[in-house]
Amino acid sequence: MPETTAPPVGPLLRASGLTKSFRVPRSASGSTSLRALDGVDLTLDRGETLGLVGESGCGKSTLARVLLMLERPDRGTLSFDGTDPFALRGKQLLAWRRRVQMVFQDPFASLNPRLNAAELISEPWRTHRDLVPRRDRAERVRRLLEMVGLRAGDAHRYPQEFSGGQRQRIGIARALALDPDVIVCDEPVSALDLSVQAQVLNLLAELQAELGVSYVFISHDLSVVRHVADRVAVMYLGGVVETGSTEEIFTNPRHPYTAALLSSAPSPLRSDAPSRERILLTGEVPSPVDPPSGCRFRTRCRHSEDLCSRTAPPVEAVSGDPAHTAACHFPLGPASAGSGASGG
Amino acid sequence: MNALRESIHRTRPTDPAAMEVDGLSVDIRTPEGVAHAVRDVSFTVRSGRTLALLGESGCGKSMTALAIAGLLDPVADVVGGRIRLNGADLLALGASERRRLAGPELAIVFQDALTALNPVFTVGAQLGEPFRIHEGLSRRAARDRAVELMERVGIPEARSRAGAYPHQFSGGMRQRLLIAMAVALRPSVLLADEPTTALDVTVQAQIMELLRDLRTERDMALVLITHDLAVAAEHADDVAVMYAGAIVETGPIGEVFAAPRHPYTRGLLSSVPGGGRPGEPLRFIPGSPPDLRAVPSGCAFRSRCHLARERCASHRPELSGDERGRTVACHYWKEATDA
Repeated sequence: MPETTAPPVGPLLRASGLTKSFRVPRSASGSTSLRALDGVDLTLDRGETLGLVGESGCGKSTLARVLLMLERPDRGTLSFDGTDPFALRGKQLLAWRRRVQMVFQDPFASLNPRLNAAELISEPWRTHRDLVPRRDRAERVRRLLEMVGLRAGDAHRYPQEFSGGQRQRIGIARALALDPDVIVCDEPVSALDLSVQAQVLNLLAELQAELGVSYVFISHDLSVVRHVADRVAVMYLGGVVETGSTEEIFTNPRHPYTAALLSSAPSPLRSDAPSRERILLTGEVPSPVDPPSGCRFRTRCRHSEDLCSRTAPPVEAVSGDPAHTAACHFPLGPASAGSGASGG
Repeated sequence: MNALRESIHRTRPTDPAAMEVDGLSVDIRTPEGVAHAVRDVSFTVRSGRTLALLGESGCGKSMTALAIAGLLDPVADVVGGRIRLNGADLLALGASERRRLAGPELAIVFQDALTALNPVFTVGAQLGEPFRIHEGLSRRAARDRAVELMERVGIPEARSRAGAYPHQFSGGMRQRLLIAMAVALRPSVLLADEPTTALDVTVQAQIMELLRDLRTERDMALVLITHDLAVAAEHADDVAVMYAGAIVETGPIGEVFAAPRHPYTRGLLSSVPGGGRPGEPLRFIPGSPPDLRAVPSGCAFRSRCHLARERCASHRPELSGDERGRTVACHYWKEATDA
């Protein structure tokens, strides 16, 4: 069902009720269904950075693959600039795919060692042939290299001749080569040393200011997310449990999982450590093959009650800010100044 | 369980050194020449305290740990230094003597618990092995001790799970098993090499809590090898910052992080997102660490340092400091902190 034209002021991208299951082997004889995404709603504005946080297995990567139009959802819709790309086929789908690109986590594994920087950066044009006329390509590669802080002379060097940070710059240039509207950054700095990480994060910010590109920024490092993101979506076991502005999420988390996640993350600025209450979650994330009934977080939640096992909590606005929503029957109270996330 | 608790009262206000590393140097032979991976590293670890060995990739922190544990790759050689443990210099001992002494006294936990465990033996058998080798216990008695340990590190249904294989455990549970194996013989020194890097934050917090409890309960000295400033800040008492194979700064971690002295430590801390205002560009250290096959003369950090001048090229700065254990290897650190 292609959606009809959306008002031009709406979000660039809107996902509603995205659900995606995979068949996984359960025993020698049969298979079972793993629900990687379970009714995910999400919006992304032009020029915005959406931070996507959650632990391994929460569905971040599947969501990224759906947003990249590499994976078709079982249910739910994706509206991208007013169009549902999954209603399209062939060349038309390809044209939409160009508009969402990706920067990968591991700059050591994601670049073909047999291609030099110029070939790596121009490789996407072999798929999207009409984007850049052949005669302009060398000049375009030079400009892309400069945009990401490399020198034109680097064009003929191979990945192993670059440092980790430089390789990640090549990865970013490759994503930019297709002039995308959205870049999904999947842990783009987690393989880099701290001092280099800062350079790459600064580059991403500069490029956004210059090009107006939107980022979906997946990271386990909450201090990085807090620095780069305008809004944050917290995922747990296939669902978004809380979304809101970065400031709201970090200073006023209302979902118990968000609060626990924030309190688990250690801080290098030690001054706040003793005063902070640490919420140590017991156990680990349940298997998405066999998720809990009702609220998916209830098995690790210290506020869980009967209702939580019977009914899945709806996503509702939880503070004065209508953009701050959480899926919890018993959201935490507003944070009192200084006490951080304690629910009582 | 009494045996598990016997040492609680051993903590004294002025703990003696559990292990002293003095002038340790390690060279690695590579096709392109010799890399000086660890250069004249000295530090002391004390019972009941945690020392973070902190640095970025390639700084020599893991190589230091492997040298202490006697697990260096054949292409790496200890070319100098002493490691004093229980009155003996480990590096002066023969292989079997070292194993007899260091086996029970010194243990190491690795980052990747799946590759550190043997996939073809049950975890009960693997956890019982130290007791059979070093205490001569029977298979059955060793297994009972293994189950006890599994309970202590928080593995549910330990008795039945002892018959399971490593791949049947989650990442967090595997790391618990590895820790259980490491503390089995009640070592006085536990080296933990990036013990939580592969884990999610909520599980990471659980594992760090477990390590801290075991350290306190058993009065161990814990050496936490990490690149993560936040993990170090929250879980260590003292820190030794490494750069290009050498220690550049040491001290109580709260003091070092609140008022770093070495320009490298300062640069590292100011690169952490969250220091400035959101949206502001992050600060960073220009350039990259030197090739350890060609470490520059004098101070290894000088090519990236805004304070560097002639003396930094001609004289290698020595670690020197005050009575409270704060040391720094920089000719001009006072100017940095005045700035």
